[in-house]
Amino acid sequence: MELKIAIIDYGAGNIGSAANALRKCRADVSIAKTGKDLQKADAIVLPGVGSFSCAKRLAKLRKPILDSISKKPFLGICLGMQLLFEESEEARGSALGIFSGKVRRLKCKKLPNVGWREVKVRKGRLFSGIRSPIFYFCHSYAIKESENASSFSKAGKENFVASLERENLFAVQFHPEKSGACGLKLLSNFVKIATQAKKRQAELASSVQQMRASARAKGA
Amino acid sequence: MQLKRIIPCLDVKGGKVVKGKSFKRLAYAGDALSLAKKYYREGADELVFLDIAASAQGRGTIKRLTRAVAQEIFIPFTVGGGIRTPSDAGEILQNGADKISINTAAVENPALISKIARKFGSQAVVVAIDAKRSQNSWTVFTYGGRKDTGIDAISWAKKAASLGAGEILLTSMDKDGSNSGYDVGLNAAVSRAVNIPVIASGGAGSARDIAKVLKSGADAALLAGILHRKETTVEKLKKGLKSLKIAVR
Repeated sequence: MELKIAIIDYGAGNIGSAANALRKCRADVSIAKTGKDLQKADAIVLPGVGSFSCAKRLAKLRKPILDSISKKPFLGICLGMQLLFEESEEARGSALGIFSGKVRRLKCKKLPNVGWREVKVRKGRLFSGIRSPIFYFCHSYAIKESENASSFSKAGKENFVASLERENLFAVQFHPEKSGACGLKLLSNFVKIATQAKKRQAELASSVQQMRASARAKGA
Repeated sequence: MQLKRIIPCLDVKGGKVVKGKSFKRLAYAGDALSLAKKYYREGADELVFLDIAASAQGRGTIKRLTRAVAQEIFIPFTVGGGIRTPSDAGEILQNGADKISINTAAVENPALISKIARKFGSQAVVVAIDAKRSQNSWTVFTYGGRKDTGIDAISWAKKAASLGAGEILLTSMDKDGSNSGYDVGLNAAVSRAVNIPVIASGGAGSARDIAKVLKSGADAALLAGILHRKETTVEKLKKGLKSLKIAVR
C-alpha cells in the first residue's frame, strides 16, 4: 500500500529536497497548494526554509491544515515546526497555534545555527533505530521548552527543542531531508507510522461496514 | 557540540570532474554524479560543485547535475561558477542546491552578496576567496587565479561577511594542489576576523593537515585531490580526525 504524502507549498523556499527524500523513502509524494489537495493525502508534511512572516501566506490554508492535523499523521520541518506555535519573535502574526508558546531567537553569536549537531533523544517513535542521532540544522529561531519535546539540541551553550511528538503530530527543527542516512531513517519511520495509521483506518472502515451489513441482515 | 565538516569539492567541466594543480593543469578524475555519490556514501558532510567552464553551454550541464544531485544525495550542497546575478543564483537553488558560491562576480560587484542574501537568506550564500601570500599578508585573485586584484584577503572577507555572506570558502593558491597542508596562517587570520564559518581549502594531504587547520579556527575542510586520486577516503580521514580529537560526524 503506497502512502500518499502531500507536501504543503506556501511559497517558502525549497520544497524539492523534502519531496526527493520522501520519494526515496517510497512515499507517493505530491505538492499541495489547496485544501482539496490535502484531503486526498494520507499524511501531510509542512516543510520550510524562510521566515516566520510566511505565516501570512499560510493563512489561506489554515483551516484545511488544522482539519487534516486532527485526522492524519503530520510532520513539520524547521520553519514548518515553528509555524505550529502561536507566535514568533521573528515576525508578527499568529501561525497555527497548536502548541502554546513563543518561538524565540537563539542567543549564540554565530547565527544562523548551521551545521551538524548531536540530538539528545528523550522519547519518540521517529527516532526508532537511529543509534547516533546527528542531524543537519539551519535556523536562527527555536522553541526553548515544550511538554511535547521528544529531543533537544544545543546552539553554543543554549538548549533548544529539536523535535516534538504528540500522537501522530510530529515536528523537527532540523532538516531530515539533508541529514544523510540518519535523516532518511527518520523520514522512513514517519512513512511507516503513517502507513500503519492508514491501515488501521482502512480496517476500522471495513469492520464498520461489515457491522452495518450484518445489522441490516438481522433487522430484515 | 558543533561538529567540524569534511567537504569534498568537485571541479566540474561538462559533467566530468577535473582536478588542477595550482590553478593550472587539469587532469580528469571521473563522472561528477557517481563520484559525488561515492563521497556521500563514505560520510561526506556536504559537497561543493564548481563549474569551472561556466560557459553558456556549460550552464545547462550544471543545472542538470544540480537536479540529479538533489534527487539522489541527501546532504547539503553548494554550486558555484558563473553565477553573476540573483536570478542565476535562483536558478541553481530552484534546481535543488542548498547554497551557491560566488567569487569574481562578488569582488567586482559586492552588492551582489547582499542582493542574493536578502532574496534567499545568508545561509544560501558562500563567498569564495582565492588568496595568495605576498610577504606578510594575502591578496585576493579573481578569474580562477589569473587576475591579481591587489585587495587584502582579510579585509575582503570582513566586507563579504558584513554584506551578508553566510560562509567564506577560503582557498590558498600557494597550497592548492600541493598536498603539503593548508595555509594555517591564512585560515586562522580570516577565522578570527569574521563571525561566520570559514571553509579551509587548498593543500590537504592527510588527516593531520586537516586537524591542524580545523584547530586553528576553520569550521570545515575542503578536499579534492587526495580523494579524487583515491589516496584516501572520507571514511578513513574521519577516523583519523577522531583519533586526533576533532569532533566529526
